Amino acid sequence: MVTKTNSSLKECTPIIEVSELDFAYGSTQALFNVSMDIYEKQVTAFIGPSGCGKSTFLRCFNRMNDLIEVAHTKGGNIKINGVDINKPDVDVIELRKHVGMVFQKSNPFPKSIYDNIAYGLRIQGIKKKEILDQVVEECLRSAALWDEVKDRLQESALGMSGGQQQRLCIARALAVKPRILLMDEPCSALDPVATAKVEELIHELKKNYTIVIVTHNMQQAARVSDRTAFFYLGKLIEYDATDTIFMNPNNEQTEAYVSGRFG
Amino acid sequence: MTTKNKPHLFSYDLSVKRKTEGVIKWLFRIATYIVILAAGYLFANIIYNGSKAVFNVRAPFINIDFLTQKPQTLHVYEPKLIYAELKKINAQQVALRSELKGLSLMDDIGVASIKSKLKTLEQKYEELDAERKEGRLLFSDTEYRKLDQTPFSEEYTYSNYAYSGGGIGPAIIGTCLLVFGSIAIALTLGILCAIYLSEYSRPGRVLRIIRLSVLNLSGVPSIVFGLFGFGMFVLFFGWGVSMIAGWFTLAIMALPVVITASEESMRAIPKGFREGSLALGASKWTSIRTNVIPYALPGILTSSIMGIARVAGETAPIMFTAAFALRDQLPWEGLNEWTDFFFQGVMALPYHIYVVSSKIPQNEYTRDMQYGAAFVFLFIVGFFALSSIVLRARVRKKYKW
Repeated sequence: MVTKTNSSLKECTPIIEVSELDFAYGSTQALFNVSMDIYEKQVTAFIGPSGCGKSTFLRCFNRMNDLIEVAHTKGGNIKINGVDINKPDVDVIELRKHVGMVFQKSNPFPKSIYDNIAYGLRIQGIKKKEILDQVVEECLRSAALWDEVKDRLQESALGMSGGQQQRLCIARALAVKPRILLMDEPCSALDPVATAKVEELIHELKKNYTIVIVTHNMQQAARVSDRTAFFYLGKLIEYDATDTIFMNPNNEQTEAYVSGRFG
Repeated sequence: MTTKNKPHLFSYDLSVKRKTEGVIKWLFRIATYIVILAAGYLFANIIYNGSKAVFNVRAPFINIDFLTQKPQTLHVYEPKLIYAELKKINAQQVALRSELKGLSLMDDIGVASIKSKLKTLEQKYEELDAERKEGRLLFSDTEYRKLDQTPFSEEYTYSNYAYSGGGIGPAIIGTCLLVFGSIAIALTLGILCAIYLSEYSRPGRVLRIIRLSVLNLSGVPSIVFGLFGFGMFVLFFGWGVSMIAGWFTLAIMALPVVITASEESMRAIPKGFREGSLALGASKWTSIRTNVIPYALPGILTSSIMGIARVAGETAPIMFTAAFALRDQLPWEGLNEWTDFFFQGVMALPYHIYVVSSKIPQNEYTRDMQYGAAFVFLFIVGFFALSSIVLRARVRKKYKW
């Protein structure tokens, strides 16, 4: 692992520590010996060609891979706030409250906008209307959606535009007060205007949350992230400050990828 | 066939290929028409013949006695004179017919004279028969017992026919009870099983085998279910011929439909709903409860209720387990304890139709009963199907996606 810390990023503390992670789907290994630290209140971007394991890696952080029967960690560990999340005494529900996730395809529930955001709280048993109202407004404001939807909170979330739906999903993830937000190609289905809005939002959210974003769009990684990791064939090739990755990469493959010569 | 024969670029191309296309289209069309004709004939037949028993020419236009009373023996008094006359004509007809058979085919004149005689006799018979129908007196059992005096035997001939009078009230009630009970059991068991199969179980060979056996269960003949229910519930559990044995037999028979339909509806729910809620810290059951079942419910309900309504029409499974050919009391009458409610046999429409049309001597009076029962049964099944559709529309409006 190459860690050349940029001067402006020095004072940050790692919130996710991955060491020598090996991950496999059945007999096919998807990640090979990945080690990296992800720092608090920064945006970390994962880039790389399709099938390089970046989404798999992201889904390890909130153990979404548990849903896939054959997926399993072969070696190494992931520590979040110093706790190994694959230990048997870790409650995956608590973990997921701590580590929110936004998916590639926006997946608002077919309920009203209000109910979508309140969902995370309601399943925790919070039913008080004042609290819910307050959280809904807060989250919609943080997702820069409040002004657009405040008059139609009770309408179905499926009536929103694609970009609004994705921001609603971000707002929904914020409602359970996570510290880390995972985004799996959040803009891949959005038009440039909606993408710009989501990126702006990521920029805002960085102040309070640690964000890990998987993206196919290298310009996007360059625009939004502080650090970038380049994956290729399940291996972490290079991980460094975004500027370094894009301007002056150490590795030849990284250089070839970011300059568009392959991938 | 070639372009040069065509008057213009887009004119019809009468090639063999085009003709086969037309023939194939008509093949499909004719097949569809045959299906429509068969269904139409079936429905029209039941409705036409059944409406005689169910509807009335006088207000309130519905034969309430038929819908509420229990089946009874019909007591018939027919005018003696007309009856004797009819008998005579009948004898003459029989004699003429046998004479006709004895004649050689060459004897044109003889054949023609006998045929004309037969024709006049037939006309006379019909006239007298109409008169008889007007003159006859019909009493159901209860009415008969209330009579102060039976019609004079000098004027009337008397005969009685089992199951031909009264109505099908207990059978209607029994069928509704059987359908509701089996729906409740089949839905509960089936949905729980489907949730497990589609959400919790590990995909693999075992699951495939289980699915296959569930599917195969629907191919088992209904009489086998009847015998199974008889052995299992009636004898082994000792429930006797009872409503609850019928419920379970029908429910088990409907299970394949319910499980398959529920599983399919649940699998049609996008993965994103489940992932979305799990990522928000929902437990598996919470995620299923809030984000899978509500959206799968419309599909589950419609297909299941339709399936159960179809199964509830089966005679064989209830024949040995729940149905009585005749029962004087209604299900809520004469109970010592409330649990007795479940452990009593009931009358049921399909079984009643079976009994009336195959177990008793046929006559002109049973026909109305058969068709009347079939008509009412058709109506009940239609009602269940319709209510399942309405239910789906309602639930779907609430959870639209």
